[in-house]
Amino acid sequence: MTLDVTGVSRWYGNVVAVNDVTMTLGSGVTGLLGPNGAGKTTLLHMMAGFLPPSRGTLTVDGEPTWRNPAVYRKLGLVSERESVHSYLTAHEFVLVSAKLHGLPDPAAAATRALSLVEMAEFQDRRIGTYSKGMRQRARVAAALVHEPDVLLLDEPFNGMDPRQRMHMMDLLHRLGQAGRTILFSSHILEEVEQLSGTVQVMVSGRLAASGDFRTIRRLMTNRPHVFAVQSTDDRRLAVALMHQPSVNGVDLGRDGLTVRAGDYGSFTRALPRIALKEGIRVRRLLPSDESLESVFSYLVEA
Amino acid sequence: MSTVAWITTRGLLGRRRFLLLLPLPILMIGVALIPRFEGVSPQQWAQPVLVAMGFITLLPIVSLIVGTGVLGAEIDDGTITHILSKPLARWKIVVPKLLVAIGVTAASAAVPFYIVGVLASGPRLGVGLIVGSTVGAVLYSTIFVALSLISRRPVLLGLVYVIIWEGLLSNLVSGTRVLSVQQYALTIADKASASDLLSGNVSFPVAVVMSIVVTVGFLALAIRKLSSFSVTGETS
Repeated sequence: MTLDVTGVSRWYGNVVAVNDVTMTLGSGVTGLLGPNGAGKTTLLHMMAGFLPPSRGTLTVDGEPTWRNPAVYRKLGLVSERESVHSYLTAHEFVLVSAKLHGLPDPAAAATRALSLVEMAEFQDRRIGTYSKGMRQRARVAAALVHEPDVLLLDEPFNGMDPRQRMHMMDLLHRLGQAGRTILFSSHILEEVEQLSGTVQVMVSGRLAASGDFRTIRRLMTNRPHVFAVQSTDDRRLAVALMHQPSVNGVDLGRDGLTVRAGDYGSFTRALPRIALKEGIRVRRLLPSDESLESVFSYLVEA
Repeated sequence: MSTVAWITTRGLLGRRRFLLLLPLPILMIGVALIPRFEGVSPQQWAQPVLVAMGFITLLPIVSLIVGTGVLGAEIDDGTITHILSKPLARWKIVVPKLLVAIGVTAASAAVPFYIVGVLASGPRLGVGLIVGSTVGAVLYSTIFVALSLISRRPVLLGLVYVIIWEGLLSNLVSGTRVLSVQQYALTIADKASASDLLSGNVSFPVAVVMSIVVTVGFLALAIRKLSSFSVTGETS
């Protein structure tokens, strides 16, 4: 069971949301990582058949997802927008899903899905009374009720507390190990790190990196960093820093130094030692490109 | 009852806007009761109450509230994705929802129309009005369900149609009457009740043929629109 995305682009007028993305997803958990606005939701919507691609094809097991309701027999989706029929109980909600799927025994399927997400004991309460994490689990149960081979989740951990997050991660992990194809999106590196070995990184509509998480993580930590430094004697500090192999360059400005370091670890360890030796007091040390965006854009260049 | 119809009915009756359906029928009955018990001749009050309050106001407004509620409200709050992500042919979603809309609208209209008809003339007029208002409910509901798939602002568009086209133009410009749901419903009610209190402005065959054309046309449009429905909204 594979989900194939081939040369997919999607634009809205002049704005390109997804730009020529190609990927193949197999069984197991894959993280779709990228900053907000990278096009993750647009891509997920296209995968789920909720949006036609402007160009390219998306297929589940060779079948297109757009204008093909039959594909939902194999596909489940948990969207980011938290829209549920809050006047239903979780059991009713999941049961409706089971019935709409035309399952032979909808009641049994609903019970099974609810116990899979460990919601059985709350299933007769109205969804409107649930916490965010419980609501999310009810939605996952509804998306899983027909045991789809492919499950897509858009930012499933948003707004969850750490306990709920762990719970959900554990669930996705089990589903992945059972051989299902799970794709979840996230803009938080650590979530992806804990959950999946494989990642697809999207930055401004493009697929920036794809593959094993550890390799990508290494690329991310070993990238050059830029720091803003202010001290009692900037000029002397600049000279001393230039002797360091971990420093690639120093700019001397009116507001202090801009230091380009080869890697994060050795520079941050070396700086206090140098300052101490030279008798210079460091007033300020700011990593200036720590935003996720810059981490991701570095990956695009790498 | 299909699952789609069940959840649609729950959604419709569970929302507060459902209460909006109550005032108009009550008002219409109330307005008819006053002249009736004052002993005023029905010739003087039946026409304005039935046409101006019933066919021009109550029927389209109730249809608008219900018709945009069965699908438009779900599109608005995003719950539509739950139904769309099921292996269902799209007509199996549109048709049950439309039937619920027609049923609720027709029922909300039938009661006041029947009561006023009986007060004005008798059961024959009452039954004729039920027939006419049900035809109107079918037509308006189909149009408004389709509108909620065509536009993101179906209520606004529907109001413009009801007020400008039906309310103003078809009374001022005679040519637009041939394209007026209100006129079809009125003509069919007139024919069914054989009452001199009602007078339709289009011929009976035109009303019947146009009713079928409009219903089938807008139903087909709605199914087509839902088949290629794109979920929009914040893209991140």
